Amino acid sequence: MVLIKRIFAALITCCASLPLFAGWGDVNMTPGVNALSREIFDLHMTIFWICVVIGALVLGFMVYLIVAFRKKEGDKPAQFDDHPVLEMTWTVLFAVILAVMAIPATFTMIRAYDDAEGDINILITGHQWKWQYEYLEDEVSFFSNLSTDLDQRNNIAPKSDNYLLEVDEPLVIPTNKRIRFLITANDVIHSWWVPDFAVKQDAIPGFINTAWTQVDEEGIFRGQCTELCGQYHGYMPVVVKAVSPEDYELWVNEKKEAKIQQALLTEKLWSTEELYEIGEGVYQTNCVACHQVNGEGLPPVFPALAGSDLVLNDKAKQIEILMEGVQGAAMQSYAEQLSEVDIAAVITYTRKAWGNDASGDGEIVIPKEILDYKNNKL
Amino acid sequence: MSAVIDSHSDDHHHGPAKGITRWLYTTNHKDIGTLYLWFSFLMLFLGGAMAMVIRAELFEPGSQIVSPEFYNQMLTNHGLIMVFGAVMPAFVGLANWIIPMQIGAPDMALPRMNNLSFWILPVAFGILISTFFMEGGGPNFGWTFYAPLSTTYAPPTVTFFIFAVHIMGASSIMGSINIITTILNMRAPGMTFMKMPLFTWTWLITAYLLIAVMPVLAGAVTMMLMDIHFGTSFFNAAGGGDPVLFQHIFWFFGHPEVYIMILPAFGIVSHIIETFSRKPIFGYTSMVYAIASIAILSFIVWAHHMFTVGMPIAGELFFMYTTMLIAIPTGVKVFNWLSTMFKGSISFETPMLFSIAFVALFTIGGLSGLMLAIAPADFQYHDTYFVVAHFHYVLVPGAIFGIIAGVYYWLPKWTGNMYDEVLGKTHFWMSFISVNITFFPMHFVGLAGMPRRIPDYALQFADFNMVISIGAFIFGLTQLLFLFIILKSIFAGKQATSEVWEGAKGLEWTVASPAPYHTFETPPEVK
Repeated sequence: MVLIKRIFAALITCCASLPLFAGWGDVNMTPGVNALSREIFDLHMTIFWICVVIGALVLGFMVYLIVAFRKKEGDKPAQFDDHPVLEMTWTVLFAVILAVMAIPATFTMIRAYDDAEGDINILITGHQWKWQYEYLEDEVSFFSNLSTDLDQRNNIAPKSDNYLLEVDEPLVIPTNKRIRFLITANDVIHSWWVPDFAVKQDAIPGFINTAWTQVDEEGIFRGQCTELCGQYHGYMPVVVKAVSPEDYELWVNEKKEAKIQQALLTEKLWSTEELYEIGEGVYQTNCVACHQVNGEGLPPVFPALAGSDLVLNDKAKQIEILMEGVQGAAMQSYAEQLSEVDIAAVITYTRKAWGNDASGDGEIVIPKEILDYKNNKL
Repeated sequence: MSAVIDSHSDDHHHGPAKGITRWLYTTNHKDIGTLYLWFSFLMLFLGGAMAMVIRAELFEPGSQIVSPEFYNQMLTNHGLIMVFGAVMPAFVGLANWIIPMQIGAPDMALPRMNNLSFWILPVAFGILISTFFMEGGGPNFGWTFYAPLSTTYAPPTVTFFIFAVHIMGASSIMGSINIITTILNMRAPGMTFMKMPLFTWTWLITAYLLIAVMPVLAGAVTMMLMDIHFGTSFFNAAGGGDPVLFQHIFWFFGHPEVYIMILPAFGIVSHIIETFSRKPIFGYTSMVYAIASIAILSFIVWAHHMFTVGMPIAGELFFMYTTMLIAIPTGVKVFNWLSTMFKGSISFETPMLFSIAFVALFTIGGLSGLMLAIAPADFQYHDTYFVVAHFHYVLVPGAIFGIIAGVYYWLPKWTGNMYDEVLGKTHFWMSFISVNITFFPMHFVGLAGMPRRIPDYALQFADFNMVISIGAFIFGLTQLLFLFIILKSIFAGKQATSEVWEGAKGLEWTVASPAPYHTFETPPEVK
């Protein structure tokens, strides 16, 4: 019954929203928040209305033909089969209409394609299934993960307003500054899209594409990955937060401060419980997609961690895998993505959880060990 | 007419073989046409079942019935099976049945190869589908299988997929060689090129397209095979290759491919509109030139599928202009069909209903295609449901309605019985309404920002997705009615005359219904 009510509600909303223009935003492209996106929106609407007029004329003429020339008793169909002048006329007419469309499209295209350096340059790297943002001038770098929890996705908890369009850490940019994005990928092809900026650019491993934006107003803008990039393609949103240049400076300084604090934490003395607790959180954000909540993985592509001999008994190898990734497999290096504390914590977590502590050596990993690994490499 | 009588009198000793060997060993164009058509029908239901899984998963936000991984396998195989298993073999089946009868030939030029080109198809699809039962599951990288998702990051079964694509390509190439050879060499005396029926014309051009691009696809999958197993780096930047190269090669195949799937439908619809308007086709010559121009243009527009890969601006503009040019010959065709109806005497049997719907809905698909051609706007449309709406409008009410129209049109010639007109019209109206409920709202969710190929979506897309799913379920169920109508006409129904339709013209309507096992053993004279 609930379902039937939902279906009726959906039908009514859809029917009602069309003639009333109630929900333009739900049925049309967004005009966006900057000059370029508005220009593209206007171009879209121009072409759209030309197409609507052509479509209406063609379909209207068809209805006329169907009504006017339906077979009647004793009527004689005409037998003409060409009319060169008419045929030439409409061919030329099509060409003229297309030229009218092509001219504004060309100018907009040229304005959109502008890879001059920005006031702020941000390197965006697509990973399966998260985005990495590096501010080239400020040496700030972080990963942005989907923050919608599994209970919502599995219909256990009610869905939040920004279901699947929310992240743990958004990209922050200042208003009224030219921002240039340098876009690439680490594994497969992704595509970085923010409809409000009219920026969609493929992220291709080994190549760097550029796009740019300049935002006039503060706000939060949401988009998604738009190139099929594997099983969690639908779960790597883009969230951009535009703030005033002053707030942006504050934010950059906070990020730098946090980096220093993070480094100090590696020196701290950690208890197993503390590491386990942090590790569980890190695991939920970064690992469950492949290795699953229960640590069973999805063999053969994503191996199980629960009961794995490597996880049970080979601490050194496990550290190496997290730091270097696995060649030719989906497992990537987390050396850049996670802090020393997080890596130590998540390894500790996997060695303790799912009964692993009982069947393995049960040793924990402390942040210092990760730091040592890094230093030995240098 | 004397030729027809001849073929009846001297041929009673040579009917079809009995039992299964009739189908396994057959070299008869009508039997092979039937095999192709039944095979494509089976694939239509298999690919359709996958579409139902997709729509069930998208019925509401949140995880519904399948995992994201299996969802990707469904959308990949839905595409592959519909393109290579349903639409293409259906057209080859119609070509086998109809082209020899339209040009007054006794059979296809290369009958044994004809048998081979059909019988390797079930093998190819058997291999493809068997991957679902292997470790790692079936192909999950989309029907466009972009590298490196389809190479370094693919499930181990990708090798079977590559082998299957090779076999499908071989089948298509053999089929095309056969069709070209038949049309060029076996036309009845007096049938010059510019007297050839339009379905034959469209297939002649389509066959050339297939021969040109199938080897390109084979090249692409072979490079994938090398990258996966033999240490090359065609598509791997770390080894000096280029992932975008894959897309260029794929779409150099892929764009002609989409015309391969629509040109024969143009031919079918031209015949049907002519017949039921009781008036000769308008602008035959311009129709032929329009088809040829579309075919030629199809080779220089491929990168409009790749406006967001970071091409230089000269590339963006070039591919935008060439793509827009395609609207000219396409527009000419639509206007010719309308002019054929103008001052005609139109009746609305099921094939005509499907053909009129074809023209109307293909026009909608064509106009959204024109919007997609506008490169700067495409940055907002690309890889959203707007694109999904566009290509389903040209493929479902386009190619598939064209095939269905052709099946209704020629069914009495095949079975000797008229199909049930009331059921046929029911099938049409159910299909017409549900196809629009399914695909029209996709324009809206696409423009509003819903990416394609995602198993779950944000809440603002929920209402439309539910409507789309309901439309899809109705459309899927309606096609069972089509199966019933065909079966019914095989076993019963009003006896069809030779001409079948009042206004039908062409050699295929001069032979008896059902068409005898061998036709035109003595070529007819065309004036």
